[in-house]
This record gives sequence, structure tokens and C-alpha cells, in this order.
Amino acid sequence: MKFTFVSRPSVAVGLATLVLLFVCAQCPAQFTPLTGPGSADSIPQAQLIQPEELVHMLQATGTGKPLLLQVGSHLLFDEAHITGSVYAGAGSQPTGLQQLQSTVASLSKKKFIVLYCGCCPWNRCPNLGPAFKQLRDLGFSNVKVLYLANNLGADWVAEGYPVERSH
Amino acid sequence: MNAVTSQRIARKAAPGPEAWYAQPFALPRFALTLLLAAACLAAGGTRSAHAATSLVHKRAPEFVRTDLDHKRLDLNAYRGKVVLLDFWATWCAPCEVEMPSFVAWQKKYGPQGLQIIGISMDDDPALVRSLYSKLKLNYPVAMGDVKLGDLYGGVLGLPMTFLIDRHGEIQAEFQGEADLGKIERQLQSLLSGR
Repeated sequence: MKFTFVSRPSVAVGLATLVLLFVCAQCPAQFTPLTGPGSADSIPQAQLIQPEELVHMLQATGTGKPLLLQVGSHLLFDEAHITGSVYAGAGSQPTGLQQLQSTVASLSKKKFIVLYCGCCPWNRCPNLGPAFKQLRDLGFSNVKVLYLANNLGADWVAEGYPVERSH
Repeated sequence: MNAVTSQRIARKAAPGPEAWYAQPFALPRFALTLLLAAACLAAGGTRSAHAATSLVHKRAPEFVRTDLDHKRLDLNAYRGKVVLLDFWATWCAPCEVEMPSFVAWQKKYGPQGLQIIGISMDDDPALVRSLYSKLKLNYPVAMGDVKLGDLYGGVLGLPMTFLIDRHGEIQAEFQGEADLGKIERQLQSLLSGR
């Protein structure tokens, strides 16, 4: 019988690949992010803003404060939303995108706007990608998106950042 | 600098997988990293943070609603059963991943005393009815509201799942991408009274 020599590095890579394949097979769909233009992951990194950065911006005095638009669930918005933010329709729904368009209709295309949602984990959010694209398509050039890794509750409310309720 | 920013910078600075051949001993280290990453994934490394206000070991807040079949849904009526209370929405992708398992569990563990209850946090009931039929949900679903969200500590991210024991006490809560295996094990434990 003839044995083929297999180098140790090849064995290591093979083993690691097998382990990864095994792990992935154990957790189907759970780690599958949304993909494509509708995904929050489609938003360029340069357009993201971190929660701490936004908090500092909101606390600063002056005129550089953004218009904050929540583009997710209205019910979750009613429960809690970032102080001063406005509900602008769910980005995943055609009616939501129409509402977003109406909300920004009278604004300058240079207006500093920050979109956020926080309905679910970042790479699962169905609202931010379409909402961001909508504003880009409408010609808005100064749009940022708040990066909430898990959701609004865990990454904003639990951090003690400013929130308010509807009504 | 927060953890997310740190992770991003670390990702940018780390050599890509193609760099392993450039240094001696780098491949075993690369393989080890892959193995560690796999172990972290297996251990449920993507689990999200818990809700700000934990209700674990507290009495489950009572509520009465009308479900999608126009029947009275009273949490108190399920005392004596193990209840899996699931807050979800049609736009929530991780929620939709979980629901086929919930359907299977209701069928499998229902005779042992499991009752799954869904609370939709959607704005539009029509979308909920549509998905309810499409997924052939075999447990009651009612529409949620701000009051119900408040009762359960603020439902500010989905999915959110609570396990309630036969005495009406919350024994576990899961938020975000859940480890279904872990939920099922805890469920089995509650059903068997351990």
C-alpha cells in the first residue's frame, strides 16, 4: 500500500475546517444574517455612529445636533425612544418608506440625520438598510446610522443613555 | 473606546488567513484560533445581552388579552403548566427562526404540560395573521402593546422569551439570538420538575 505524505499544516487546516463545519451544522440559520442591499451590513462603515459618540453629540451645546429618526417598530418607539427622536416609519415596509420620505420632504439635503432602529441584532435588522438607501436616493448627503449591536434596550437604555416615551 | 470599536480595530489589524504562510509556526496558531472560535460559537458566543430589568425568579406579570382566534388569553389560566412566553414580530428574522421549533415543542411537550404563548409586537395585526397561518402556529398568539411590554421589563428588542414554571414564576429569560438547545433543556427540566 502506498501512503501519500501529508504535511502537518495541511492536517491542521483540515481539522480546523472540519470542526467549523461541524459547529455550523449544529446551529443552522441561527447565525445567518440578512444579506444584500436590505441588510444593515450593507451600510458603509464610514456612515456608522457609535452610541457613545451620539450621546456626546446630543449633550454638546451648539447647533451641530442631528435630526434623529427611528425607522423601526412604532410599538417599540412608543415603549422607549432616544430623547428628541421622531418616528419615521418602518424601513422594511413600503408605507414606512413613504412616511420617511414625507418626514424629510421639507429638509435641506445637507441636513445632518441619524437613523436608528434597535429592533433586533444589527445584522438581522430589516429596517435600516432600506431606510438608509431611501435617504441616499433622495439626495441626502449627511446621513449616519446608529450602530446598536443587539437592540435598543441592551445597547442604549441599559447604558443609561437618554430615552423618553410616547404620550 | 467601546468594545465594538475595539473589535473593529482588532479585526482590521489582524492578518488575514492568507498571511499564515508568511511566518513559521503561524499556521498552527491560525488553526488554534479557528478551533477557539469554533468552541466559542459552540458555547453560544453570539447570545445577546439580557434585558435591563431581569424578571427571573419573580412572579410572571399577569395579563389578559384576546388572541388572534378571538379567544380569551389569560396567563393565569395556565397555572399548573409550564409556559413559554414568546415576544416576537413578523419583521424579526431571529423570531421566525425560532418559531418552527416552538411549533414542534408544543406538539411534543404539550401532553407533558407545556403551553407556548406568542405575543406579537407588530404594529399591523394583518401581517401577524398572515404569518400565523403560513407557519401553522399551534399555540395562541395575541397582539402586544406598550403596557404588556412594560409589565415584562420593557420589550425593547426581539425576540424575547420567558420560561414560566408551573407555579407562575419566571425561571429564565432569553433575549436576542437564542440558543434553542439551551431553551429546550431548561424547558425539559421545568416539565420534569427538577
